[in-house]
Amino acid sequence: MDLRFHGPEPTADERAAVDSVLGPPISAWAGGPRDLVAEGHSSAVGGHEARSRRDLLLPALHAVQDRFGWIPPGALDYICRRLTVPPAEAHGVVTFYHLFSLSPRPEAVAHICDDIACRIKGAESLCAELNHRLGPESDGSWRRSPCLGLCERAPAALVLNGGESPEAVTLAPAVADDIVAARQSASVGWVKPTEASPEDPVGFTHPTSSVPQSGSPTLRLLGRIGRVDPESLDAYLASGGYAALNRAIEIGPAGVIGEVMASKLMGRGGAAFPTGRKWDAVARATDRTRYVICNADESEPGTFKDRVLMEGDPFAVLEGMTIAAFATVSERGYLYIRGEYPLAARRMAAAIDAARAAGWLGENIRNAGFSFDVELRRGAGAYICGEETALFNSIEGKRGEPRNKPPFPVQFGLFGRPTVINNVETLVNVPPILVQGGAAYAGIGTLGSTGPKLFCVSGHVARPGVYEVDFGITLGDLIAMAGGVPGGKNIRAILLGGAAGVFVGPEKLDMPLTFEGTRAAAATVGSGVVMVFDESVDLGDILVRVAAFFRDESCGQCVPCRVGTVRQEELLQRLRSGRPIGDRAEEMSLLREIGQVMRDASICGLGQTASNAIESALVMLDPFPEPEADR
Amino acid sequence: MIDDSLWFRPPPRPGSPPSAPPKAEPAVVEVVIDGQKVEVSSSWTILEACRSRGIDTPTLCYLESLTPVNVCRVCVVELAGSRTLVPACSRRVEPGMEIRTDSPRVRLSRRMVLEFLASSVDLSTAPQAQEYLAQYEARPERYGSPATPTPAGERDAREPGHHHLPEGTAAETVAQPVKVDNDLYVRDYSKCILCYKCVEACGTDAQNTFAIAVAGRGFDARISTEGDIPLPDSACVYCGNCIGVCPTGALMFRSEYEMRQAGTWDESRQTSTDTICPYCGVGCTLSLHVQDNRIVKVTSPMDVEVTHGHLCIKGRFGFDFVHGGEPDAEPTRDG
Repeated sequence: MDLRFHGPEPTADERAAVDSVLGPPISAWAGGPRDLVAEGHSSAVGGHEARSRRDLLLPALHAVQDRFGWIPPGALDYICRRLTVPPAEAHGVVTFYHLFSLSPRPEAVAHICDDIACRIKGAESLCAELNHRLGPESDGSWRRSPCLGLCERAPAALVLNGGESPEAVTLAPAVADDIVAARQSASVGWVKPTEASPEDPVGFTHPTSSVPQSGSPTLRLLGRIGRVDPESLDAYLASGGYAALNRAIEIGPAGVIGEVMASKLMGRGGAAFPTGRKWDAVARATDRTRYVICNADESEPGTFKDRVLMEGDPFAVLEGMTIAAFATVSERGYLYIRGEYPLAARRMAAAIDAARAAGWLGENIRNAGFSFDVELRRGAGAYICGEETALFNSIEGKRGEPRNKPPFPVQFGLFGRPTVINNVETLVNVPPILVQGGAAYAGIGTLGSTGPKLFCVSGHVARPGVYEVDFGITLGDLIAMAGGVPGGKNIRAILLGGAAGVFVGPEKLDMPLTFEGTRAAAATVGSGVVMVFDESVDLGDILVRVAAFFRDESCGQCVPCRVGTVRQEELLQRLRSGRPIGDRAEEMSLLREIGQVMRDASICGLGQTASNAIESALVMLDPFPEPEADR
Repeated sequence: MIDDSLWFRPPPRPGSPPSAPPKAEPAVVEVVIDGQKVEVSSSWTILEACRSRGIDTPTLCYLESLTPVNVCRVCVVELAGSRTLVPACSRRVEPGMEIRTDSPRVRLSRRMVLEFLASSVDLSTAPQAQEYLAQYEARPERYGSPATPTPAGERDAREPGHHHLPEGTAAETVAQPVKVDNDLYVRDYSKCILCYKCVEACGTDAQNTFAIAVAGRGFDARISTEGDIPLPDSACVYCGNCIGVCPTGALMFRSEYEMRQAGTWDESRQTSTDTICPYCGVGCTLSLHVQDNRIVKVTSPMDVEVTHGHLCIKGRFGFDFVHGGEPDAEPTRDG
């Protein structure tokens, strides 16, 4: 490959930022000074090694973006040289992620969530105030963002301060004063300062804001959150941590898979695939190099359970991954976390380091003859990277475009190897399964939906947050648990499963929230989103935001999704403004056809579900009432 | 005395050049296509199986010489037991597959994909796509009149994750000014359906130059050099293989583009003559497209083993000498 560069030379700072991830260059081939003695005149030393590290493209880009607030051309060229990546391809990768910028941005940028949960909690007025105080969005000091996964404390903001010691602050509920202060002060910590105290410097005992049930003795998945210091391995061990891994080692890989099969655990990321079957397929693969991936790219609007788990109980996620690796004889793992979760990323990174230092990760774990290590990778703002094959491509340093399936990840996953990829919540279910036994776990919940389940309740409820319940609770009971709708208002609609899920009306409150119960009602559990909208909400506005979300987040690879999401948004806007092409009936049939081609012919789940919520609302909820005069 | 007789005699030459050992015959699998049982090779894709039976299957992003990317989704077929339709171009046949190529679902998806493309992309120089549009009765006008084209560079500067809310009364398109930055070919991305073929041909499937890649995301995704720099500054080597694989005329010889602008391009007056490239010893087959006794563009046949349709800058563009010094001068004996 003959790389051609034309841009400015990297500055010393730019080199340093890149070298902090890639290490110093070993030869002129990889962008370093030329050493004629070592390299001779051919200067090809290190070429193969450089090319084999393409997966470091994203971490290197992050380092530059964090340092300068954007990616200067000299730095990008230098990364390309170091990794032997063609500049055109690197440009394609950078322009895929919305947290990266190729044009200069201010060092501090506030990302303001204007997605559905924040929208009904005043995100628009927050944006208007920032427009007034920081200037228009186009100036770059603040930007609108899709769901930041802080829906229980909406409206949310994420402030990224670049510089030599980059900082990321999440603010929720966010007010303009705090956002402006966080942009100006590099001293603001990772969490909102009010949440920390002298007795609790890391600020973990503020559970009521995210886990209203915190402290309840019946909790299986959320039991440690708010009670056990998430930054202390000793505290984790003292609260029963790693008992499951010890048990796994006792019963061996086949025993573990047997228990997980017996538990009938289904994936909690949204697709509900049986976890045991996934593990079994990888364990039987002929290829001995295998990977375990924890999918922590939680980006489904309205979903925040994985963030709460990683922030509050990071070692449990690691233990789940380690058990998955033990069962499938995998030596390497990746935890791919969305770039908008700075606190969760920091806690997970600290947990990985602590576990490695104590021998719970690394070579020959617990002298059981198996080795496993985990690397944390940050996403950079792309909902699509939560799709498993897009996530592989993202880790590999490519554009996060989904692959066509088959082949499936269990055969051809990360780097083309058999790969187990599980959602955070799925992995957190694994330790309890091993401790109590798969059969006992299968006794929780219903026949078709076993175990405890986390629901992300947000919107117009008195106590939004993550709720842990046994499968089988009805929608109405869950909303009642969250305190019901405040102000004595009626429920207008409930969004189940996130933007890729469906809207249901208040007549569905008796529906059990199980895989089979929701399926029977043409709804979905999805990622566990239960977002409640009271009668004050303009549902048409919400639907247009959902359509805009899918248009923004489509990777653009396949025609049905790339163009379909645009046509769907345009059509909704026409219905909303009462200017249909032809009449409303024609528009409705066109919308159904757009939905069907996206569902039938898109490559991945994003396009296949991009019309679900919108079609369900239009069928049942009449979000665009015709003016009286027209009827 | 020195014995200068040969001390080594090579073995006699074989009568024919040695051939590779025979490959194992691929297994034969039985599949059902549109109700008919057919036996096909297990190494085939559904598309190959369909075409071997004469079943018409439209394709836009597929080309025999490139790795299937299955992004246009116009070749989708219905597969019994599959929740979604599957792309025929990349899905391999499996024993017992029941495939339907003309069901209402298949027809709807193909029609919608074609409508989506025709309502957002200029397909005026894509005769194949025009045929499909007629065949599937696509009505791209259902989405409203086309929105105003964007000014030069606007689409290339778009950032992912952000767009202005459209009014919805006009259909957004990829229309933008044509990029003319070199003497050999032009890039009219108003005509780009984002089939990825040019990227593949520029990359590992043919040229290994990697001058262009897909950039941006969603509807703003586009083919781009790094930072949208002009081609002469990029890694482009002007092999023109991207032009060779482009299905819509978005990539076009400068000569063809200028003749079309001037209104003198007339394929009915053109002849195509195959010859061998005069430049080097590889012996690539060239198809010279000639109008009014002038070469107006050069291609290479897909089915020629030497090229598989690909050429280099000399074969593709180095034909001006044929015309002699002055463009319209009569050829003389001295050339």
